[in-house]
Amino acid sequence: MAEASVHDITSIQVRVMNKLAVENIHKRYGETDVLKGVSLAARPGDVISILGSSGSGKSTFLRCINLLEQPNQGAIWLDDQEIKLRPGKHGMLRAENRKALQQLRTKVSMVFQSFNLWSHLNVLQNIIEAPVQVKKVPKPEAIDKARANLAKVGLNTDVEKKYPAQLSGGQQQRVAIARSLTMDPEVMLFDEPTSALDPELVGEVLKVIQALAIEGRTMIIVTHEINFARHVSNRVVFLSEGKIEEEGPPAQVLARPKSERLVQFLSGTRWHRDT
Amino acid sequence: MIELIKEYWQPFLWGSPNHISGLAMTLWLTVASCVMGFVFALPLSVGKAAGPLWMRGPIWLFTFVFRGTPLYIQLLIIYSAIYGLDFVRSTPGLGAFFKDALNCTILAFTVNTCAYTTELLTGAVKATPRGEVEAARSLGLSGSSLYLRIILPSALRRALPAYSNEVILMLHATSLAFTATVPDILKVARDANAEYYLPFPAFGIAAILYACLSLTFISLFRKAEQKWLKHLSTT
Repeated sequence: MAEASVHDITSIQVRVMNKLAVENIHKRYGETDVLKGVSLAARPGDVISILGSSGSGKSTFLRCINLLEQPNQGAIWLDDQEIKLRPGKHGMLRAENRKALQQLRTKVSMVFQSFNLWSHLNVLQNIIEAPVQVKKVPKPEAIDKARANLAKVGLNTDVEKKYPAQLSGGQQQRVAIARSLTMDPEVMLFDEPTSALDPELVGEVLKVIQALAIEGRTMIIVTHEINFARHVSNRVVFLSEGKIEEEGPPAQVLARPKSERLVQFLSGTRWHRDT
Repeated sequence: MIELIKEYWQPFLWGSPNHISGLAMTLWLTVASCVMGFVFALPLSVGKAAGPLWMRGPIWLFTFVFRGTPLYIQLLIIYSAIYGLDFVRSTPGLGAFFKDALNCTILAFTVNTCAYTTELLTGAVKATPRGEVEAARSLGLSGSSLYLRIILPSALRRALPAYSNEVILMLHATSLAFTATVPDILKVARDANAEYYLPFPAFGIAAILYACLSLTFISLFRKAEQKWLKHLSTT
């Protein structure tokens, strides 16, 4: 009985509090409909993997969430607060003002496929730049945080003074994750974080992401690593031709796919690879 | 030749306190025009790389005109033609400014190097890796902080080798200043040659002085590259 009431309370909280919700995202490039109304809600601690073949719109969808792409239609909520959007040039939605955009972007951080570290700054400078400039965190505090996060992604202090070009791909991606973490984001987005890595470096990055998942961070991951998605996420979304074709817990979606397209997709990918 | 050197070594190097000439004048022309040209080129290059059309158009015209015509003609127009205009002469501030040969020369050099530097920096700004700009945006950097913290520091580093070239070219171009009666190295060399009819020593000394200045600039830029471009090395 006590257990049941605890469960009730959490389920009420779950219903009320979405960490992030996006609704009915549409994105067109010229005549091409890339996203045809995609909705997604992430509760705190959710790890949602987005799968789909290339061209299915999964990266575009992820980029719409923090407005790196401007959707033609849709709404975004963060902690149940709607991000105010207004139509700009060509009718695409943009944040109503700079403050709203900055708020969204400091709370929803993105890790990119090609790392995108700033090549002229060293590792430590890369990590503290945005916290200091955007969130106005005092520099010493930012440095402490940066070091803690570097440790968290498994890098020791001797990389601090190195430049991105002096690091391996796996190290660069881990620095990028540390950079993202140092913003204390509410939600982390990963856009194919291991696709640009040599096979032997994929594992070290996936391990870091898995550790973050265990920590209870809310994450949305676009990935091709199906085994990883199965292990790490509590929900899998399969996108096809700009629409959600199937979604649910990985055990259900990946083990017993219903749609023809997902079956095809799963049989055609490196599903056997263990992480 | 000893006579020539005896009489002209001082004008060749720095002249006198109230009549700067030679190497000191050439150095002043180069540094003043390059520094001012660079300062104006910075905003112009950002405007040309990322500004709206009404901004890009005039900047394009500016760089086209000053890169598309010889510096010598620009100097002649600024020094001779503009002062010939009645309204310039009758406007006190303008008249006084354009009457002075040194002002006109530095103005012409500044505008010219500004046009080239604008073009050079525009290229560097445009060549900022897209992903790095996106990462900056995704972390909340935008507007001026995006430019001041990420794009320009990255672009200026990229532009450094090409810009060192521009400065050396500008140093050599200052030898046109003698045509506007400014006593730079070449003017002193011509005076010395006119007096002694010894073209080899007179112009030879001038050449050596220009070469020394070039060498100094090159080594300064080499030092700057070692400092600012160390992120490009992979070791």
